[in-house]
Formats: sequence, structure tokens, C-alpha cells
Amino acid sequence: MRIVYLGKEYEEPLPLSYAEKPIPDKGIQGARLMLKEANQAGNFVGHSFELTEAIVPQDADVVAKAKEVLAGGDRFIIADLEPADLLAVADLPEAKDAVIMNIRSSATALRQEQCRINVFHIIPDYAMRADALAQYLIWKKWPRWFVIRRDSPQDQDYLAQVKRSAARFGGKVVDDKLYDLPPGARNLDSGHQQIQAQIPMETEAAPDHDVVWVINSDDDFGDYLLFRTYVPRPVVGTQGLQAVAWDKSYTESGAMHFQNAIPRIAKRAPVERDYTAWLGFRALADSAMKSGKTTPQEVKAYMLSDEFKLEGFKGQAMSFRTWDHQMRQPIVLGGGTRVPVSTSPQEGFLHPTNVTDTLGFDKPETKCKFK
Amino acid sequence: MHRILLAAGSAAAFLLFAAPSFAAAIFVSNEKDNTITVLNGDTLEVVKTIKVARRPRGIVVSPDGKELFVAAGDGDIMDVIDTKTLEVSRQLESGPDPELMAIDPKGDVIYIANEDDSLVTIMDIKSGDILAEVPVGVEPEGMGVSPDGKFTVATSESTSMAHVIDNATNKLIANVLVDSRPREAKFTPDGKELWVSSEVGGTISVIDPKTWKVVKKISFEVPGVRPEQLQPVGMDFTKDGKLLFAPLGPSNRVAVIDAATKEVKDYILVGQRPWHGEMSPDGKKYYVANGLTNDLTVIDVESLKAEKSVPVGRLPWGVAVMP
Repeated sequence: MRIVYLGKEYEEPLPLSYAEKPIPDKGIQGARLMLKEANQAGNFVGHSFELTEAIVPQDADVVAKAKEVLAGGDRFIIADLEPADLLAVADLPEAKDAVIMNIRSSATALRQEQCRINVFHIIPDYAMRADALAQYLIWKKWPRWFVIRRDSPQDQDYLAQVKRSAARFGGKVVDDKLYDLPPGARNLDSGHQQIQAQIPMETEAAPDHDVVWVINSDDDFGDYLLFRTYVPRPVVGTQGLQAVAWDKSYTESGAMHFQNAIPRIAKRAPVERDYTAWLGFRALADSAMKSGKTTPQEVKAYMLSDEFKLEGFKGQAMSFRTWDHQMRQPIVLGGGTRVPVSTSPQEGFLHPTNVTDTLGFDKPETKCKFK
Repeated sequence: MHRILLAAGSAAAFLLFAAPSFAAAIFVSNEKDNTITVLNGDTLEVVKTIKVARRPRGIVVSPDGKELFVAAGDGDIMDVIDTKTLEVSRQLESGPDPELMAIDPKGDVIYIANEDDSLVTIMDIKSGDILAEVPVGVEPEGMGVSPDGKFTVATSESTSMAHVIDNATNKLIANVLVDSRPREAKFTPDGKELWVSSEVGGTISVIDPKTWKVVKKISFEVPGVRPEQLQPVGMDFTKDGKLLFAPLGPSNRVAVIDAATKEVKDYILVGQRPWHGEMSPDGKKYYVANGLTNDLTVIDVESLKAEKSVPVGRLPWGVAVMP
């Protein structure tokens, strides 16, 4: 079975901390690890796997690269792509029978109005992330959320999902404040003094709230809020306590295997995209080995069947929602803490068939119409 | 109270333990406390709490009952406890992150799953010398030796396979694909079947050792309990081989399976998150460790009733008994 890792070297926001090194190889390292593990397993049962790395530079045309890959006969694609590129690739006529694993984008539209029948989403969307945090906050009886944010398309998407979560679970967005101080250089000697003075002023006028929900996908101010707000409040969202598929602090249900294995090949700790790439590859490899079939149609059918039960260190089987191809999965609440805080869904949030479907768009709410 | 008793001197505890009326000892590994709780099998009172290396999980008593082996995953070592003195008498270099192990029926060889290295380490039990290392799938965990000592089975959690080692040659002779995250492998007492539990898959696969093929899959169903909570981990046959007890983790139940028909006879409610248990030496009781409620539940094998729960250490994991 041949799998292609299709990616592009997009410009990514620098980490707010000057001490934190930018990571240029997010994702691909997870795929490389799974290649090794899939062949280790495959050797025992007569399956073998190949990985083609097709990652184009920032100024190159990834759709042209996709055409080249598809012309070569490949149909299994791990897509490390932004939404516009992902859709352009998925809509290529030659990609009609491809199986494309979205490991990068959390955009909810890709699971809703812009869903595609040849695309499967490994990474949680913003709706799942917002619900995962919201359930925890409701469980804590912290229902009043002060949103402070930037205004990028990702931020707007996340905000809409936070509002949706509030309506679903009985929370309230008490204020939605745009943080408009421009981003600056990351490191300035004695710069913290100015931040220390600014943040209380920025948060002083907020109505009564239990938590600050920061939405800052570009990572250019969120961490400044921690311990600096006018009233002492925990910070959740894109910084502070985060809802993620993987976190460097997560160790349960066999997770130490992944925490140890990635640094061996990547010389750094795993990040979320390493995990989604690993898991996307694993979904394909597992389906091939368990069903004994390797055509795109057969693998796809197996992945959408009740037989498909994917293991990925979350303590329960993961599978795909048939209505939008989103992987249902428990979500870790961590980030910024040395040990994880919790895993959602939380106790008491019930669902008639599958409690992980309390996170994100459930069947009755879906706007996805596969063509 | 027990702490005070222990502080007063383990000699007193040892006298109590060595009393002639004492039928059996129950050992429980406490994953969070880095200790082994020793209970009197008659009174269920704590006899001693033994400090071991970090994160003790798998525990096994040698066939002669003289030693207890403790896999300490975070300590990368195996502690060996003398069951008379209840002290750690020696340590074995198990390799990194040992989790579960099995001993051959003669008591000469110990088979250890090294999660991190995808290896099964085969070790001389007396000298601690490594006899062989067998590469298996990713994240090996469960280990089982056939009653005739001819085969050893390792389950690999990530690869979802049961790997069969021929003990004469220390070579792999079969690899059986099972459901997700296989945790334990047990042969029936007559050696005619191999049972493998798949935690995330929620099934037990029954394998025929003549062909090494899955001949039957057992699944679980409890009204009102979500299917993903019915996760089999440990498995223990009754002495007569007629029943299998399988703690089902997050469902807080132990399934009892008829070994002949492969039908689930009963689900017994115990404490929270039971993973492993053990039969009493006389086969009349089943002891199961409840990870989240920090206790051990005693089940009567004849009536299939949970009789009593007694507190042990934090996050109890494995159970072993000494006749």
C-alpha cells in the first residue's frame, strides 16, 4: 500500500515565546513513525507500506503536485493542507476515488457546507474543541466566559463555535472583546513590564466572568493574559487550557509510547499534527491489514463500517462519523500545564449512541451533504 | 493505623503473617503508591505494605511460591520479593518499561514484555541472564505460557496481534491478528485454547493452538452501560477451567464466561475500573483490584456474588496469590 504525504511549507505563526523554537517538520514525523510501525506489523501478516513525501515550498503550487501524484496512480493521501488547497485537491476530477486524510485544518466548514465525500478529518474541528472545553467549564460551574480575541478567519470560526457551545451547554459569552494592540517583536528586554501594565487595563472593563476564553490562532498575545488579568481568572482557549488531540503532557492509555517514539526520530517532543498524521496513516494501514483489502473503495468502506475500531492512546476505540467523516475521539484538555487537566467528554454529558458525539456536530445538526 | 503498625516493626507483622492458621497471601501492586500490599487470605487484613521501584504493575508468583516478581515500569527494573520475609531480596534487569510477565510451568524461565523496545525478553529466572530477545509488534504487553511449556504468547497493543514464540527455539512461529489493543493472553488449563483480550476492541478472541487461528470472538453487552466501557483486560480461569473471569475496566464489572459455550453467564458489579484479578489457591474466591476506588473485591466463585471489598493502596493494578 502506497501512501502520499501531501503538504506545503506555509508560513506559520512564530511561537510567542522567543525561547521556543519554530518546528518546521510538524506532521511528517508522525507519518514517518507510522510507516515504521505499519511495516513492523505488516511484516507479520504479509502487508507492506510505502510513504512518498510530497511537500512543496511556500511559493509552489500544491495542486499541481497533487495532479502529479494522482497521475502516478496514488490514491491514499495524508493532507497537511490549508482549507483552500485541501478543497482544490479534493475537487480534482482524478481525486474522485481518492481517500484524503485531513490532518491539519480545524475549519468547521470543511465538515459542514464544504464537506467532501473523499475527505476524512482526523484533526478535531473548532466545534469539537469548543465543546470539549465548554463541558469541562460547565462541570466546574464556571459558565460565564469573557472572550478576548483576534479576528483572523480561524479566530472567527472558533468564536462562532464557542457561542454555539454556550447555547448547547448553558454557558454564556458575557463579552466578546477584540484585542487590537498590534503584535510586535517577541522578545524585548524589560518588555514584560509594559505587558504587565497593559493586560489589566485591557481586561478591566469586562462584565463579571468566571474564565477568560482567549482566541488567538496566530499566537501573538494569548499567553500574556495568564496571571495578568484585572480579576484573577483562569485562561482557556487557544492558549492557557487548550482542547487538543495531543499534548506534550498526555501520558495515559499507552500514550508514553508515542511520547517516546517521536523524539527518537524527530529529536523533539511530539505536537498535535504529528499525532494526527500518525493516526491518519494508521487508519489506512489498520483498515488494509484488518480487512485484507487495499483498494481505495474497499478501505473507505471498511473505515465507515462498524468493524472499524481504531486505537490511538485515548482509552477507547475511535471511528468516523458517517455524516461528515469526522473522526470521533476523546479530547485532551491540557497545554500550558505539566500534567493534563482532564479529557472530554465529561461525565454527565450523555448521548443515545456514542458519548464522543457530544463533541462537535452530531448527526441531526449536520449541514454536510455528500454528493 | 497500618502505617503505625508497620512503623512499630515489620517483625511483628511477619509473626502475624507466619502464623500457622494463615492460609494464603494476596499481593496487590499499587501503581500510584509504588508499593505492594500484602493481605492475609483468611482475614483480608493488611499484613504488610512493601516499598518497591516506581510504578509496579504486573506481579507474578513463581510456581514454587517462593518469590514474587514485580514489574516496575517507571523504574525500568523487576523487583523480586521473598514471600517468606516479605522483603525485596533481589532485582532483575528487565529492560526498559516492563509491564507484564509470565513464568514457565517449571519455574526456570521468565518472559517479559518490554513495551518500549517491541521485544520479549526471555530470562533465566535464577541468574537473571538474558537467554534471548524476540522482536514482536509495537508495544508488547500481555504474556502467557502454555501449560505444557511449549509456547509463549505476547500481545502487542499497537500492532493488535498475538505473537506465538516456540519455547524450544525462541523463534516466532505465528502472528495472529486480533481486535484493537490486546492486553492479555491466557491458555485454558488444558492448553487446548488460547484466549486473548482486546481492550479497545471490546472482545476476547479464542484461538486454536493447532492452527493459530481465531475460532470465536466473545463480546459483551450490559443494558444501560455504554459499549465502549465494556473493555476486557485481565483474564483468569477457574481451577477446573470451566469459567473465565474477565474484569471489564470502565464498566466497573467482572464478566463471567462459560469456557465451553463461550457465553457470558454473568456480570458482577465491583469497584471502579477493575483491570486484573486472581483466583484464590483453593479456587473458591476471585480477587479483583479496583484501580479507581483503591480497593480489592472478593467474589465467591460458586455463588458469583461480590462478598466484600477491602482497601489497598492507590491505583491498585495487579493481583497475585501465594498458596
